[in-house]
Amino acid sequence: MAGSTLEIKDLHVSIEDKEILKGVNLTIKGGEFHAIMGPNGTGKSTLASAIMGHPKYEVTQGSILLDGEDVLEMEVDERARAGLFLAMQYPSEISGVTTSDFLRSSINARRGEGNEIPLMKFIKEMDNTLDFLDIDKNMAQRYLNEGFSGGEKKRNEILQLMLMKPEIAILDEIDSGLDIDALKVVSKGINKMRNENFGCLIITHYQRLLNYVTPDYVHVMMQGKVVKSGGPELAKRLEDEGYEWLRDELGIEIVEDEETAEQNA
Amino acid sequence: MTVETKLPYDKEYIEQFSQKRQEPEWMKQLRLQAMEQAKNLPMPEPDKTKITKWNFTQFNHDFGTGEAVSLKELPAEIKDYFDQEQLPENLLIQRNQSVAFASLSEDLKAKGVIFTDIFTALKEHENLVKRYYMKDAVSVDEHRLTALHAALMNGGVFVYVPKNVEVEVPLQVMFWNENPEIAYFNHVLVVADENSSLTYVENYISHNDDEAVANIVTEVIAHNNAKISFGAVDNFAKGTTTYINRRGIAYRDATVDWALGQMNDGNTISENITNLLGDNSNSFAKTVTVGRGKQTQNITAKIVNWGKNSEGNILQHGVMKDQATNIFNGIGRIEHGASGANAQQTSRVLMLSERARGDANPILLIEEDDVMAGHAASVGRVDPLQLYYLMSRGITKAEAERLIIHGFLEPVVSQLPIESVKKQLTQVIERKVY
Ligand SMILES: Nc1ncnc2c1ncn2[C@@H]1O[C@H](COP(=O)(O)OP(=O)(O)OP(=O)(O)O)[C@@H](O)[C@H]1O
Ligand SMILES: [Mg+2]
Repeated sequence: MAGSTLEIKDLHVSIEDKEILKGVNLTIKGGEFHAIMGPNGTGKSTLASAIMGHPKYEVTQGSILLDGEDVLEMEVDERARAGLFLAMQYPSEISGVTTSDFLRSSINARRGEGNEIPLMKFIKEMDNTLDFLDIDKNMAQRYLNEGFSGGEKKRNEILQLMLMKPEIAILDEIDSGLDIDALKVVSKGINKMRNENFGCLIITHYQRLLNYVTPDYVHVMMQGKVVKSGGPELAKRLEDEGYEWLRDELGIEIVEDEETAEQNA
Repeated sequence: MTVETKLPYDKEYIEQFSQKRQEPEWMKQLRLQAMEQAKNLPMPEPDKTKITKWNFTQFNHDFGTGEAVSLKELPAEIKDYFDQEQLPENLLIQRNQSVAFASLSEDLKAKGVIFTDIFTALKEHENLVKRYYMKDAVSVDEHRLTALHAALMNGGVFVYVPKNVEVEVPLQVMFWNENPEIAYFNHVLVVADENSSLTYVENYISHNDDEAVANIVTEVIAHNNAKISFGAVDNFAKGTTTYINRRGIAYRDATVDWALGQMNDGNTISENITNLLGDNSNSFAKTVTVGRGKQTQNITAKIVNWGKNSEGNILQHGVMKDQATNIFNGIGRIEHGASGANAQQTSRVLMLSERARGDANPILLIEEDDVMAGHAASVGRVDPLQLYYLMSRGITKAEAERLIIHGFLEPVVSQLPIESVKKQLTQVIERKVY
């Protein structure tokens, strides 16, 4: 076995005292690509945010380990330096900080003091990756995500992924809002990362991304839990038939909002 | 409060001072009259800041000389303001109240560009100075501080660019004050004649924390179709109480742009007003500041649209820490008749401490119908989601905050036309924030 292992055990997460994740179990190893699908609002982004350490999400139970190390004990930046990466569904815009300066700071943060990437090497790597992802070179000099289109933001997340070379990456709806060419480019980027040292968790609603990036495992999340796992064929079935059959199979009721759910419970 | 105030200098002193400098008679008279006016004029009343206890009137006034220097022997903190590899062609260093270094390229000299200290200008270009000095931009009798300034002016620079001349290399001035016991009454006068253009950058530096007074007036005049980019980094030390008035006039099709890094450590009243007199004239006034310690600053940016289709833009960004107080007044005013005018402004304050105070007061005064105007103002803390995003890439919290703060002040830093001055401002920001 190569690469890192991320183990999520019985994870419960609340936001503003509302429990969103209700016991998630998932293990991602180097070399593996996992996909998570599931209806809106079932907690997929919550899982991603909890793994990365978003300040608003509170872990109330369970554990997250990276190669045996307790991730929940780490600050957000420590998690990143330990090898975790999250391509966010809604990346922040940061005025006055150029994308290129930000990239260099990020790379150097991971490499550590005294081991900074030489400027020329950085520029070369950045330029090559920009080319690879079909991104206009000017973007590097623009302020981070400021005024970027939805698609540009997504490409920028993949740019960061490729330059930072994490051990485990979580991609939260990296395909949303992408036109077909952009989807291909982004997929190309993700596939380029594929090797036995890199594990990836892909959150998506659509089979179309999984046509380009074939997952080894597909998980379905509903109401704060992973309710079914399988291979790529599971994603295809969801694409064809929706979630209805699964709800029936699992006896999950469709509830309009949490209040009724709680009353029913 | 218009009680007669006893001022520390009298008629006799001013006469002697003027004579010693061999000033023209009109200048001496202007000073004397101003001294009379200063006695009865009220102090300025900056919105939301009480300055009754600030000392603007008790000081030592004289003419402090500073030895001439070669650029090689300057202290590092001054040297850093220009590129050592390629020394600036157009540079003036005023050390205390006298000129320590002055150069202007032969090319610009041949084209009739004037770039010299104010006393030399009074001798060699008397008519030009007389035509503009405290006439169209700032009046002597606006309040006690302008009058005091006129009475006791003891340093400064005169810039004149003739018609159709484009100055491509920036003109750089360093006001270096080693001698804080002498009050700093600096006057800067920049005139761009028709169809000309120039970039001017000034730096005020003092490092002594002793109590001192600065009373600075800057007049910037762009004639028809002229373009002036004015950049500044102010860095007066903690003990210096500063009044700094920067005023611009833009005639038809003219541009006056400001990029002001207001990094004083002492109490400061700053007003930057631009009158867009001509049709199609425009101004972008950008200012950034960092408040620290217990300093209080009141920073006004005002653009008045008089001309048709004139366009005024104000941007003010401030970072507040410790117990500092900062009031931003952003005023856009469109006069009757200025149809097609546009007045926009943004003021933002980033609070780094619970005990700091930041205010952003946007004001729009509009006397004409067919215009555009808008404002945005905010006072807030560093956005936790921005921090989270940066930290999720491995950047430490402290470094992430640093990036966000520098980014927030970037609009002025990026605007400064000289790399070395940009770097200096960045360093001053660094020093003030950490
Ligand atoms: N700040 C908040 N306050 C209250 N509830 C919140 C907050 N943020 C998220 N939630 C709720 O948490 C639940 C899970 O949200 P999450 O973003 O994890 O869903 P998701 O599965 O990623 O959905 P989508 O597919 O739409 O992206 C939702 O019901 C959402 O409304
Ligand atoms: Mg989501």
